[in-house]
Formats: sequence, C-alpha cells, structure tokens
Amino acid sequence: MNSTQPILQSIQLSKSFSNNGIETSVLHQVDLSIYPGEFVAIMGKSGAGKSTLLYQISLLDVPTSGDIRYNGATLLDMTENEKTRFRLNTFGFVFQDYALFPELTTVENIALPLMMRGQSRDDAYARAMEILGDLSLTSQADKLPSQMSGGQQQRVSIARALSGHPEILFADEPTANLDSTSSDEVMELFIAEHRAGRTIVMVTHEPEYAHNATRVVQLSDGKIISNIEQKVG
Amino acid sequence: MKQWIRDIRLAGFLAGKTLSRSSRATLVLILFIMTLTFMNLVAVSGILVGLIDGGNNANREQYTSNVIITRLSGKTSIGRTPEIVEYIKNNPYVQSYSVRYGVGANIQAGFMNRSDFLKKTDSINTQIMGIDVTAEDNLTHLSKYVKEGSYLNPNESGYILIGADTLKRYNSNFGDQFDSISNLYVGDKVRVTAGDKSYEFIVKGIVDTKVGEVSFRAFVPTSELSLLRESGSQNASEIAIETVRPEYDKLLQDSLVRAGFDSDAKIQTSEQAIPDFLNQIKLAFGILGNMIGLIGLIVAATTIFIVIFMNAVTRQKYIGILKGIGIAPRVIIWSYIFQSLFYATVGGGIACVIIYFGLVPLIDRNPIDFPFSDGILSAPLDGTLIRFGILLVISFFAGLVPAWRIVRRNTLNSILGR
Repeated sequence: MNSTQPILQSIQLSKSFSNNGIETSVLHQVDLSIYPGEFVAIMGKSGAGKSTLLYQISLLDVPTSGDIRYNGATLLDMTENEKTRFRLNTFGFVFQDYALFPELTTVENIALPLMMRGQSRDDAYARAMEILGDLSLTSQADKLPSQMSGGQQQRVSIARALSGHPEILFADEPTANLDSTSSDEVMELFIAEHRAGRTIVMVTHEPEYAHNATRVVQLSDGKIISNIEQKVG
Repeated sequence: MKQWIRDIRLAGFLAGKTLSRSSRATLVLILFIMTLTFMNLVAVSGILVGLIDGGNNANREQYTSNVIITRLSGKTSIGRTPEIVEYIKNNPYVQSYSVRYGVGANIQAGFMNRSDFLKKTDSINTQIMGIDVTAEDNLTHLSKYVKEGSYLNPNESGYILIGADTLKRYNSNFGDQFDSISNLYVGDKVRVTAGDKSYEFIVKGIVDTKVGEVSFRAFVPTSELSLLRESGSQNASEIAIETVRPEYDKLLQDSLVRAGFDSDAKIQTSEQAIPDFLNQIKLAFGILGNMIGLIGLIVAATTIFIVIFMNAVTRQKYIGILKGIGIAPRVIIWSYIFQSLFYATVGGGIACVIIYFGLVPLIDRNPIDFPFSDGILSAPLDGTLIRFGILLVISFFAGLVPAWRIVRRNTLNSILGR
C-alpha cells in the first residue's frame, strides 16, 4: 500500500435502493482508499456495484450510510450546491455514453465547466483549444457531438474532464461503447494522464484495460473481494 | 455579485446555444403559438373596447372636437355667445372652432305634390343647425361625410344638408323607433317650419355618419337659419373647439371657467362629453376583454410551461450531466428561464409588429361596421406594455417551475434517466 495519506476514502460505505418497499442492498460497508497519483481500476461482474461505488465516491449520488473523505475531511456534510462546486473544482468525469451537451460544439463543451469556474469565454475557449491540440482534436473544435464518431466524442469527453486540471479523474466504463481501436486510443489518454501524475479511478469490465491500472479493486455483490496493486510497464 | 453576473452570463450562453441549435421547426412552432397568444391577448379586448373608442373618436372628430360648449340645462342657448367667441378667437390654446346655432323644426318633404290632406305628412321633427359652412368643414370635415349630392356652398342660399338618419332609406336598421322621411332626394324641396316661421330649402346633400348629433340633424348656413329663429338673439347652441394640442383641452376648459363662462354654458372636454352609458359599455367591454385576455394569458402560461417542461424532461439526462460536471443548478434554471423569456419576448414582439403595423392601420382604414360606431382596434401602447409585462412575469415562472422541478432531482437519477 501507498505510504502517503489517501486523497479520497470511502469508510463503511453502503448503498441500498428501495423499490416498491423492497430494499435492495448494492454496496456493503465498503472501505476504499485512493492515493494521490494512483490509477485505480474497479472491476466486477455486472451488478457487482462498481458503478454505484464510483457514483458514491464522486458525489454524484448520496450513500445510505458511511462516509466519504477527501484529504481527511468528510464530504457528506456539504449541501447539494457545495457538492456541485466541489465536483467542478476537484473532479473530472468521463461517462460511458460520452455525455456531451448536444447543442454545444466540441470547444464549447470543453469550455463550459471552465466558464463555470469563472474564466472568461475567451480564456476558456483558449484553454479548450489548447487541450484539443494536446489530444490531436483541433480539427473537431467546431463540430457538434452528432457530427463525430463515438471514439472522437469520448476523447472530447476526456478533454472536457481534464480541462480544469482535476485532482481526480473518474471514468465509468469509458470504452464500453467503443470499438477496439477507439478504446485503445482512449486508454492511451488515460495512461498518459496517469504518467503525468493524475489520480484516476476507472470502472471497467475489460481486464486488458485494467492491466494499465496501478491497482485493481474487484467487487462482488457490493463487497470488495480483492484489492491488488500491480506494476505497470 | 460578480458570481451572480457570471452565472447569468453562463445561463445566457447555454440558453442561446440551446435555442440557436435546437430544431428550427419546433422553435418556429413555439414562436407561432406565442405570437397568436399575445395577439389574442391584445386584439380581442382591443376590438371590444375599439367598438366604443371608435364611436368616441368619431364623436370627437365629427361633433365635439376637443372642447365643446353647450347650453346649460334649462336654457335654450349659450349665454354671452359673442363674448365667448371673442375669448376663444384670441386664446392661444385654440386652433379652430365652429359656432352652431340650433332651432327645433319640422322638415316636410313632398309637400308640393300632396293631394290627400288626411294622410300624415312625410315629415320629421329635428334640429336645424346654422353653421359657418367653411369653419364647420375645417373643424369636423363635414363635407367628407356627404353621401349624396354635395356640401353647402357659403356663397349660395336656399340650400339644406340633410342628416341621413332622418331618412327612412338610411335609418331602416333602427326599425320604427324614430320618425323619418320616406321620400326625399337631393334636389327635392323641403319645407322647414320652426314655430310660426316657415321657409323652403332645396336639399343640397345627404350627410351620413354614425354620430347621431350629425346624422339626425339638418344643416343650413347661419345666415339662412336666421329666417327661422327669433330675431335679436345672437346666442349659439354649441361651440366646438379644436385645440392646438390635445394636452391643451383641459387648460382651455379651465381658462374658460376662470373667465366665468361656466355660468353661461356647459364647458366640457370631448371625453367629458361622452355619454355616461357609453363609458359604462366601454368599461363592461374592457372587463369582458380582460377576462378573455386572462384566458389567453393562462393559455400562454400553460403553453410555455408545457414547452419548457417537455424540454426539461426530455433533456433531464443532460441536466444531470451538467450538474455532474459542476454546472450550478441556478445556472441551469436560469438558462430555462431565459429560453422561456425568449419565447415570450420574440412571440410578443412579432405580435406587436403585426398588431401595430398590420392590424391597427388595416382596421383604421377598414373599420368594423357596427350600427353605432365604426369599430377600430384599440391597442394603447401602455396597455399593451402592461400585458407584455404580465406575459413576461408568467413566462418567468413558466420557465422556472419545470426547470426547478427537474434540477432538484437527484443528479445520478437524472443522468441515468430513472
């Protein structure tokens, strides 16, 4: 295990859903620590609770019990507005279905969170173009999501997530909807970001991409059944 | 404060992009509905009120002008007419005026061919007005309303102008409520009898308007009327005065009162001279129009609400994503409010253009033909602005409520659409 303090921790985290009075438990008292600079892959079968865990620790959902701490401070005391602002300033998100805003061009999609952070439109656009250049996506700058392939959209989604220099990048099955070539390109971006020191938490069900992570967390029936550090080449 | 401005700007950015890049057909349809809604709001009550306003305008243009001086109740004429006329002549508020002398008289047609003296005469009792032919035409453009024959000539004598509603062929729509002359045409001779004086005139023209004070009367030059009046009296029945500007109406009235003429005559502005029942009808029509307008407003609010709600529901995934990536809920809500205000503003704006540059001039040129008035579309700008303001307020809430309902949902549930 890493000797430094964890950047993000889930402590005895549980999540259950109620449907027609029937309580379904999805996560059972999960303890997980994410350390700075780690690339953590969360794996498990369908229904194991891996996406649910990601949503809880990234503050997209509210756990039923337990705690989530960032640099030792609990996050669950925050109001919804505070959580939104925290996500904006601290986290980056890559969703399975890209989640780009359909009426915004590539550059606008990337600039949007930067403008929310307070950057002027010009500065936000300049930063967006810079990161598009880094990801070799400059030619897509003025395209709408509907005018791009799935792989291109996912790379734009990653560009948006990285544009604000997040402390932690969360990715929920980022290659699930992509062909193998596009998946490889997307994974290359994650590897490059990790090498640059970014903390990444990625949910995946594809072992070949989990091999790129420094740690693989296996979930089954809402519990961590293995938590293995691995060497990355 | 700075944060607030930033949020508003970002909301405007989101709203602008959403509007400019969403389906054109949907946008056009929504704007079309909003345009119709606002037109309904303004035009329906405008036409109802316009029926009365049209009558009032005609009354002012053709009868009272801006200020009307009439005899006091119980008097037969305006006292001290020469002094009043002298005062008006030198008053800076006055643009023009017309002095009318009236006498109650009987007009008899067909008297030259009358063979059966047991049959009722073809006649009517009405007011004969002696007018300065030129001054009256300058003031009320009386000649414009001559439907048959021609207007009086100041250099001719022995001619009379007959109001159309004294003739059966014009006033048949009033039924048997009024006496009328059955058989009288331009060029015919009529015998006019006032008291024990009688004089014969040739009908020069028939004047037809919807102002009763014009079309139920007959007109001769003032000099001709003296043949029918008591000798010696120089007092008039009416003095209609046009002011330099409408704002001077009250000032002129006040100055006439200050000069002491209110003890000789009743001095009224054109608005004050409107019969009370007409004001009551106008009020009732206004209330009716507002009730219909209120329904229009509810329809408008419901339309915007449905549009925004459907928009927000179908896009709740994206709302969730926006929240997920850190866009503040208030920014998302404001973006929907802006969209709602856009629909209302542009729809209302298009409706205003259609109303003020299309419907109002069109109906002014082709008034709606009602028995008692030529109906116009009464759409005073202040009233329209108030309705526009109300529409904007309603649009604000119609945008706010659905957006707020969707935004306050759990972020993840929105993203996953559950």
